[in-house]
Amino acid sequence: MDETMFIDPQRCIGCRACVAACRECGTHKGYSMIYVDHLDRSETTATMPTVCLHCVEPTCALVCPADAIKTTEDGVVLSALKPRCLDCRNCVNACPFGVPKYNTAMHLQMKCDMCFDRSSEGLKPMCASVCPTGAITFGKYEDIVPLRRTKPVNAHVFGNQKVETKVYLMLPTDANDVEVDGCGVFEGRVRTEQQPASESWIDLQVEQTDKSNEF
Amino acid sequence: MSKVQNLEKIIDAFGPHLHDEPYGGWRADRVIDKVVPTHCPYCAVQCGMNLLVENNHVVGFEPRYDFPVNEGRLCPKGVTAYLQIHHPDRLLHPLIKRNGVFEQASWDEALDLVVSKFKELQATHGKDSIGVYSGSSLTTEKTYLMGKFARAGLGTRYVDYNGRLCMVSAAAGNNKAFGIDRAANPWDDIPLSEVLLIAGSNCAETFPVLNKFLWQQRDNGGRWIIVDPRETATARQGDLHLQLKPGTDVALANGMLHVLIEEKLIDQNFIDLRTNDWEQTKAAVMRYTPQVAAEITGVPADRIVQAARLYGRAKTSMLLHARGIEHHSHGVNNVLSYINLVLATGSIGAPGRGYGTITGQGNGQGGREHGQKADQLPGQRSISNPEHRKHVCEVWDLPEAELPQAGVSVVEMFQKMREGEIRGLLSICNNVMVSLPDTNEVRRSLEGLDFYVCIDFFMSEGSRYADVVLPGSTWSEDEGVTTNSEGRVVKINKAADPPGEARADWWIVQEIARRMGREKYFDFDGPLALFNEMRVASRGGNADYYGITWEKIEKQNGVFWPCPTEDHPGTPRLFEDRFYHPDGKAKFHAVAYEPPQETPDDEFPLILTSGRVVYQYLSGNQTRRIGFLVEQCPEPYVEIHPETAMTLKVNDGERIKVVSRRGEGVFPALIVKTIRKDTIFIPYHWGEELAVNQLTNPALDPISKIPEYKACAARIEKIHSRQLPILGEKRKGMSRSEVR
Repeated sequence: MDETMFIDPQRCIGCRACVAACRECGTHKGYSMIYVDHLDRSETTATMPTVCLHCVEPTCALVCPADAIKTTEDGVVLSALKPRCLDCRNCVNACPFGVPKYNTAMHLQMKCDMCFDRSSEGLKPMCASVCPTGAITFGKYEDIVPLRRTKPVNAHVFGNQKVETKVYLMLPTDANDVEVDGCGVFEGRVRTEQQPASESWIDLQVEQTDKSNEF
Repeated sequence: MSKVQNLEKIIDAFGPHLHDEPYGGWRADRVIDKVVPTHCPYCAVQCGMNLLVENNHVVGFEPRYDFPVNEGRLCPKGVTAYLQIHHPDRLLHPLIKRNGVFEQASWDEALDLVVSKFKELQATHGKDSIGVYSGSSLTTEKTYLMGKFARAGLGTRYVDYNGRLCMVSAAAGNNKAFGIDRAANPWDDIPLSEVLLIAGSNCAETFPVLNKFLWQQRDNGGRWIIVDPRETATARQGDLHLQLKPGTDVALANGMLHVLIEEKLIDQNFIDLRTNDWEQTKAAVMRYTPQVAAEITGVPADRIVQAARLYGRAKTSMLLHARGIEHHSHGVNNVLSYINLVLATGSIGAPGRGYGTITGQGNGQGGREHGQKADQLPGQRSISNPEHRKHVCEVWDLPEAELPQAGVSVVEMFQKMREGEIRGLLSICNNVMVSLPDTNEVRRSLEGLDFYVCIDFFMSEGSRYADVVLPGSTWSEDEGVTTNSEGRVVKINKAADPPGEARADWWIVQEIARRMGREKYFDFDGPLALFNEMRVASRGGNADYYGITWEKIEKQNGVFWPCPTEDHPGTPRLFEDRFYHPDGKAKFHAVAYEPPQETPDDEFPLILTSGRVVYQYLSGNQTRRIGFLVEQCPEPYVEIHPETAMTLKVNDGERIKVVSRRGEGVFPALIVKTIRKDTIFIPYHWGEELAVNQLTNPALDPISKIPEYKACAARIEKIHSRQLPILGEKRKGMSRSEVR
């Protein structure tokens, strides 16, 4: 499979069509594996989709004691194999992007497998099919990148760890790596008296619904 | 007559209840025996989608990659649209209200009651005592039937449709400026445009898939100028945001035109050859210097100059506008003032150069073309034009004396109900208790009716007031055409039969007409027969559908009207060589700025504006029942700027009372910097005590009769409520997967 995903946050309109469509995927029918977050609703309408970035050396697989998380030849990191999954949630806690979910009822980790049932038949994954703006796009590097005025970046630096991913983030043209500081926390915004004392409740609402990693 | 006495029981029986699963649950082992290519039931992008059918049940969807408009894309409403088909709230039997309680009835019983009541009212109070109120989410065949039903079936002049609340200002503005009412360009033109001027449209939320074309334009190096009082998702992504005070569009557009003239960015050759009334317009905008415009609109003068230069210097540009400029007591003037910019730069009638209205409802365009509008006959003909009347009467074989004259707009119809002139009402495809302005007055209108019959597939907030509710069909249970916002006629296909005793809408309406003794005019055996008669009725009119056939639509992925003959391919781009006024020219209109009917004062110091969210569609009768959509946006809220909130000592998430001269409502505050300090915003999709339309102003535009939803005066009162906004599903010990 030469295709991969391209995530362009500036195009995201926060509609969550991807979140809804993800539930139609055959391997986790009814459950969505995508997150769409308001960055800070009190300041801006900006939103950001998070899908599995399909790491070249996936942290989730590295920490799995049962070797239940496999990567395909094409570099797609699959959900935990049901017979092997030990119910330990190491992967859910270890993923630097907060992607895998834990299905309490089935005692099973679940994550995006790039719609393996669709992409193996030449169809685009559900989220990239429906995304109205192309904030999530599926295609070949050479087909997508020349069309855009953004730079594809697939290196994420978390302190000492550098994570290379199959999925690209489309960033402003001067970006190199996505750098997160040693503790994995972005520089906090300095609050002034005028600003609301806490995160907007709209952000919290999302926290309650699709941001939680357990369901 | 039609009071709602036991609201809780009605909600208990008919919802809205939340439902979030396909028929038979989420299953991966489906055996799909039919894939039906069709379109989304919601907005006027009319995205293509495939419905997956298993044993006559729609069980899912699949992206329709081969439909050129959306190429598989859908918004969250489109993705979850199929979940409404087997929703437990579906109306499965005719209902008759007896002693305030809806009781199941047979079709014969219900229809005979409707017919006897209509006959009785018309015998006592005259033909015009019955009103018909229709909608534009119906297929064009059905909208044609509704117009014919009112005029030839009931013989009443009082028929109107919910497009009156939607974009009738755009329609009137188009007709005045261009002599025809349709978007001028196909959306394929958008990516070819250097600059887009998007006025009063948060298309990111209201028309999500249009953003495909907007971003293609952007990838080509294009720029966007966004006019909106809020920094919406659309405005955030744009290059230049003109954050004007609601209702001051004329001043802004006139200010921009002033700059275009001063800086010689107009196309004098185009103006001389292809337009009329330039001199008056030029004279009228002379006093709108950027400083004057800035004072009225609150947009800094240099931004107005910047916008005019960006727009005027572009080799190709397009104007797109929507409800934000249309929902005003001077909505038509707002539209005309922006069209003046298009005409002055001569940027129309060529690839990448043009003009488009962003229609609201799925069939907002088709629904306003074929005779369900108060003053209109099929083919965008006028009911007061003798020649037009003659043509339609010939097609219908109706004596001309029997064809009523023009009626009145829907807001005026509801006034006539309160005055007792209209005593009976048939409504289909609308939800008056959510979507009409000043819902408290609307409730009085409904309660004063002698008889109210509603055709619907879910019990809407409006249908609760009905005496008879007839169970109709969803979009997937019937076939017919719709016309999307670019003027492309597309075909909706039937996927499965209606559930229970629900019937196709056209059958219900025709059956009432037949039982009224008008079977001579109503012997259609299905939507195709309706379509074919409509083609003939529209022949020679502005909206000429004569050459469109269902087969041609399927073959060409849609046909753009006008399409006068069967060998005509359709007309994607209008105005390439002529406009539709008799002399072939377009018209400038000199318009002066007038403030909204209500402006802030000491008692009501804020401007209240209303709008939509991406998760709900119109009055929410369909989308407020779908779990996923409701979870994303469970209730309306009021957006307030932090500085305004500080002065009023309002905290984020605190429930506050918003009061206008007409009513009040309690909403949680969403404190955001993305709105003007003098403006507050509430989305409108909810009914009863959650309806922003308890507060909005029913002041009408004098030409289009559109109500002023987008600007009224309001104030905020603290109620010291401790109730928090409804958060997402609370986990009470069990996880969500375990609950399921």
